[in-house]
Amino acid sequence: MMKITVCIGSACHLKGSREIVERLQALIIKQNIADHIELKGTFCLGNCAKEGVSIMIDDQYFNVSKENIEHFFNEEVLIRLKAQ
Amino acid sequence: MIKFDTKVQYLKYQVLKEVARHAHNGDLMEHVLDIPKDIVSGDVPTMRCCVYKERAILAERVKMAINTDRSKNNVIQTIDIACDECPVGGYEVTASCRGCIAHRCAEACPRQAITFDSQQKAHIDKSKCVECGLCAKVCPYNAIVNYQRPCEKACKVNAITMDDNKKAVINDDKCIACGACVYQCPFGAITDRSFILDVIKLLKESNDNNEYKIYAVVAPSIASQFSYVSLGQVISGIKKLGFYSVVEAALGADLTAYLEAQELASKGFLTSSCCPAFVAYIKKEFPKMVEHISHNLSPMAVLAKYIKDNDPQAKVIFIGPCTAKKMEIKEETVRPYVDSVLTFEELQALFDSRDLKLSTLKEDVLDNASYFGRIFARSGGLSDAIKQAMLEQKIDFDLKPKVCDGIEECKTALLKASHNVLDANFIEGMACIDGCIGGAGCLTHGVKSKAEVDKYGKLAYEKTINEAISVIK
Repeated sequence: MMKITVCIGSACHLKGSREIVERLQALIIKQNIADHIELKGTFCLGNCAKEGVSIMIDDQYFNVSKENIEHFFNEEVLIRLKAQ
Repeated sequence: MIKFDTKVQYLKYQVLKEVARHAHNGDLMEHVLDIPKDIVSGDVPTMRCCVYKERAILAERVKMAINTDRSKNNVIQTIDIACDECPVGGYEVTASCRGCIAHRCAEACPRQAITFDSQQKAHIDKSKCVECGLCAKVCPYNAIVNYQRPCEKACKVNAITMDDNKKAVINDDKCIACGACVYQCPFGAITDRSFILDVIKLLKESNDNNEYKIYAVVAPSIASQFSYVSLGQVISGIKKLGFYSVVEAALGADLTAYLEAQELASKGFLTSSCCPAFVAYIKKEFPKMVEHISHNLSPMAVLAKYIKDNDPQAKVIFIGPCTAKKMEIKEETVRPYVDSVLTFEELQALFDSRDLKLSTLKEDVLDNASYFGRIFARSGGLSDAIKQAMLEQKIDFDLKPKVCDGIEECKTALLKASHNVLDANFIEGMACIDGCIGGAGCLTHGVKSKAEVDKYGKLAYEKTINEAISVIK
């Protein structure tokens, strides 16, 4: 099970974390991988000043924007999932 | 810079601030007996008969601030020696009585309790008077006054009486911990016990959020508070105190509105559950109505539950205007989620105990909820949110809310509902007048508070309830 944690704290919220969550939910359904991914929210990952929305895949940290969310999903989420 | 409505609040704040300062420095026990003299340092009394009584009362306030005696359940407590034993004579004729010819007072009195002496001045026979107040209303000179204690007058649930020594006594079986008496007693003889030391301990032991993370869940009524700085600076200040993250309780309110709309539609009649004093009132005075209380957790509790579901090690502190929240967290359904409660008064004391100058801090952001979650802070907001939640979920239900502004209106609505004569299917109950912005733990209570909440609501990034809660559903 892969755990994806999206920061929904105030700073990330204003940078579009809701849209990121919605995109991820849609992509997970589209790829039919809901059984393999646990999508969670958290209030702050401690990187408020960085650009983009903070996301953790398990224990690894990423910055993702609304523009590159699909790239992130394909390159980081799907590839890791295949490797597992 | 005016921080408080009254000097009574300021005194309480000074005590909390000194207690917090010493607790943070780790030398509270060495200095606890010095605090009264640190605050009243001169030889000339400014509040009571002598500085020794002033200090003795301050020592009692220190006890309420450190709150070591947890044997009493109620968080609202009297300070016996601070009670001024106010006159309790009821309606009395004052020297303003001119001895007129009209005698409207006697005409108005339904019990023939008013007689006149040889100078035509009125006298009230206490054995006949039923305190209806009609005589006072008709006197053209306003010469008849009601000597009622401010605490008893403030307590609309009749939980305050006096003992044989004329000291105020709180009946815990009736008290709903709304704090109205705390705010209204002009001598500060009734106060809410503080959990500020619990919070400082949690902050210290978190080791800069490394042992566990501490979340502040902040009530939306904060929009009407700390008006001498920006909200963003207050958020920075809360984080400077050592909180890991600050989250809007209003996001919990969005979720509450969403779920309560469903519950209302399926049950057909409901009373709200977000005001803990209102819920306590139903349990104590209208036990037959308990089944109608919404089963949803309050906004505070529902959000704290979300935080802990995702981070079981987390600690959650609610910061708000409310003394009754200090009772709510003792409820079995809430206790696992909320670790402690601070009022805005106590937050101000915490800031100043650390010498944080909020005006010098950079602005942080606080944005989790929608407009509708945020307007829970004022009377009528909850009903507006339920209506919106029904609209967004396409729930077909003929919503007829009864907005109860203050516990007296709650009482009337509950009485009617218990006799099936209330023309409404949803009771929004707020114990404080104006809603949470009228809470006893507020720093200030102003005419602009409601407008400030609405303005803050409109600034929300999310415009709908569904959008706001989509991230936590």
